[in-house]
Amino acid sequence: MSNFAERNFLNTPAGWKSWLVTLDHKRIGLMYLYAIMTFLAVGGLIALAIRLELLNPGSDFVTADIYNRLFTLHGAIMIFLFIIPSIPAALGNIVLPVMIGAKDVALPRLNLLSWYVFCVGAFIALYSILKGGVDTGWTFYTPYSSSTETAVVAMTFGAFILGFSSIFTGINFIVTIHKLRMPGLTWFKLPLFVWGLYATAIIQVLATPVVAITLALLIMERLWGVGIFDPAMGGDPVLFQHFFWFYSHPVVYVMILPGMGIISEIIAHFSKKRIFGYRAIAFSSLGIAFLGFLVWGHHMFTSGQSEYAAMIFSMITFFVAIPSGIKIFNWLATLYNGKITLETPMLYALIFLFTFGIGGLTGIFLGAIAVDIHLHDTYFIVAHFHYTMMGGTVMAFLGGLHYWWPKIFGRMYNETHGKISALLIFVGFNMTFIPQFFLGSQGMPRRYYMYADRFHTLNIVSTVGSWILAAGFFLMLYYLVRSIKHGKPAGANPWGIHGLEWTTPSPVPPENFLEEPKLEHGPYDYDKIMPEKTV
Amino acid sequence: MSTHSSPYHIIPFKTYITVFTALLVLTVVTVAISFVDLGSYNLVIAMLVASIKASLVAMFFMHLYYDNKLNLIIFLISILFLAIFIIFIMFDTMTRDNIYKIKADPINPSSKIYDNQKSSKGGTGH
Amino acid sequence: MSHPAHLQHHFSDSQQQHESSKLGMWLFLVTEVLMFGGLFCAYAILRAWYPEMFFHAHKVLDVMMGSVNTVVLITSSLTMALSIHAIQNNNQKAGVKYLTVTLLLASVFLIIKYFEYSHKIHLGQLPGKFYTFTGIEGNNPHLFFSMYFLMTGLHGIHVVGGMAVIYWMMRRMKRGEFSSEYYTPVEIVGLFWHLVDLIWIFLFPLFYLIG
Repeated sequence: MSNFAERNFLNTPAGWKSWLVTLDHKRIGLMYLYAIMTFLAVGGLIALAIRLELLNPGSDFVTADIYNRLFTLHGAIMIFLFIIPSIPAALGNIVLPVMIGAKDVALPRLNLLSWYVFCVGAFIALYSILKGGVDTGWTFYTPYSSSTETAVVAMTFGAFILGFSSIFTGINFIVTIHKLRMPGLTWFKLPLFVWGLYATAIIQVLATPVVAITLALLIMERLWGVGIFDPAMGGDPVLFQHFFWFYSHPVVYVMILPGMGIISEIIAHFSKKRIFGYRAIAFSSLGIAFLGFLVWGHHMFTSGQSEYAAMIFSMITFFVAIPSGIKIFNWLATLYNGKITLETPMLYALIFLFTFGIGGLTGIFLGAIAVDIHLHDTYFIVAHFHYTMMGGTVMAFLGGLHYWWPKIFGRMYNETHGKISALLIFVGFNMTFIPQFFLGSQGMPRRYYMYADRFHTLNIVSTVGSWILAAGFFLMLYYLVRSIKHGKPAGANPWGIHGLEWTTPSPVPPENFLEEPKLEHGPYDYDKIMPEKTV
Repeated sequence: MSTHSSPYHIIPFKTYITVFTALLVLTVVTVAISFVDLGSYNLVIAMLVASIKASLVAMFFMHLYYDNKLNLIIFLISILFLAIFIIFIMFDTMTRDNIYKIKADPINPSSKIYDNQKSSKGGTGH
Repeated sequence: MSHPAHLQHHFSDSQQQHESSKLGMWLFLVTEVLMFGGLFCAYAILRAWYPEMFFHAHKVLDVMMGSVNTVVLITSSLTMALSIHAIQNNNQKAGVKYLTVTLLLASVFLIIKYFEYSHKIHLGQLPGKFYTFTGIEGNNPHLFFSMYFLMTGLHGIHVVGGMAVIYWMMRRMKRGEFSSEYYTPVEIVGLFWHLVDLIWIFLFPLFYLIG
């Protein structure tokens, strides 16, 4: 049993009360992980309900009003409570300090505060659900959101609070990466996941405050009729959209950049090959972060924006695809001639290349104004963002989860189950969402609970796909939970790969390293030395 | 109580007083100028003076002049993104009316589509 | 010498801790700039749409009170900086005195704002749907007051928050927790307070000094 660290961050210090006041980034990250996976499950069950209603064209189980509340809840939970914190606050918190040879993040008390603020925001959002939820869509467009009788104030206030949790994580990661790198660990020796988290943190700090003031203004509009977004009072409803999307477009890069960081790690380490184009990948993360702030108007092509503004946003939208494309080609070049092994993390990385590729490419179609006029608010959009958010971030998250699982819990999950689950998720995901591209281009609108009969067949395919997807997730829940107590002890380096986190025992000791970590080589030095597997 | 000074840089007392005096003078200036009608330049000058005052506070009271340059870069980046935010939105809001002007223009009379429409009008209608 | 009481275990030395705290506070100030920035943007749009209304509406604001408040805040920034200057020279007594003066000046600011607000409430010069005043030319005068109350209100909330943390620093300094070796919390509270001053430096001309 020397392959399993008896004294680790999970049991030291002992007692559940120590978890409430912990300053250990690994414990905070783990609590985040449990929370976000719970919200993934809740949001997913709502999705199954939505797909069940859409199995047939008419009204089967819910009224239009309930349907509106369901898709709003699905979006708000998945975006604010699952996907935004998923990689940075959960996985990032656990591994970032270890990857740079530090004992903790720079501001551990701010980290704990971030977690508590997340809990408060989540409770407020839960309260809004108990009040019946909201029927505006997660985008809360005015003037409907300033006049509808549903619990808009509660839900937006919850999102407002959650924004601060995200900001605190972002601040912490920037300071940590600048200040706590171990001696000798210069910027271009950092693992690419760290670069991804850094670019993400910059966006979190710059963009999130704008959604904070946006939601605060919406609350003011509802409570005190300030009139800024109300045309009857001389205001501008499109101004709300500008404010909202100034955050909500960059936030999709908050979602994908850490995911891309994980893909860089998995592809390099499971090809046992130096990553191709390290600096290109590092700088493209910063490029995506910057350009991502200049394209938000592409969500507003049909809103009555000025044509000149629309043209500029469209042009820059084409540019922002370039750094993502650079990454894809660098990953492919890394795979080429690599000693590829197909453990579960690598399966998710390969799935990512396919599904995020589709998501990204369809985004380019939508960047063309003339095309978007027809496809906006149809199922084409729904498919596009599910391919990027789920086909991108969620696949990367699952890859990262399986990659670092043995480091966090000290045990391996059942690899066969992992592969079966990945296959179910791959088949189920594509079966759910590919039909939606066709539905959208044939004219099926989004956010409608009924549809024309000619869309019936593809909707059946999509709903059945969602059941296969769900099966994959249920299997994953089973084998991951089982592995915590019954999995094979993993040892420090179950994959036999480079990286500071793989030099310390599993599960990680409370102080991260038992001895002062030594920087002996770079994170991808497979041409110099091949590390040993411990399992 | 130890008597040695801080290991960190200390700004001289005199510097603080000089900056404070400059801030007071600039406040008087900006109030005085607001009583003179310079049309749209009033706003420009007011913002210029405010920016100078803000720079003095940031550079000296907030220590940016003496600090690690990273802190200054971070502050300037926030101003840059705020400028992007305001400029892009103002550009949209101020050019929106142009949509209606463009719609008012007639179709190019020599385009093929216009020709087809004209000929089908003479033929069997739908 | 054994490591100082204030040094947290994950830092290698005091300087790294000090610089990290400052960097963290500067990043937080970035979020404040962007958050207030949204309001400045809304102001810009509305003023561009209704320039005459903004001109006429601003006349009901008292330039004298606004100017006094500007001087009050700038002075409070000075006393905040001088408090740090004092503790850098290990003068805890002077440090506490300057923090107290800062708090007094902040209170003066809030008192003047109280008089301004109550006067407007009395006259019905209120935001949005509560606006009932009838003496202002121009379209949608309620929008001016929406922006006025939103921006000075959010600013006022930050003044109150700033006062709370400055008071906390004053208590800690009285207890002898700070010295020339360690005064980081006071410095980062100071940075926050200077930002509050910075925002007012822009609010003042935009509301009180419209040409």
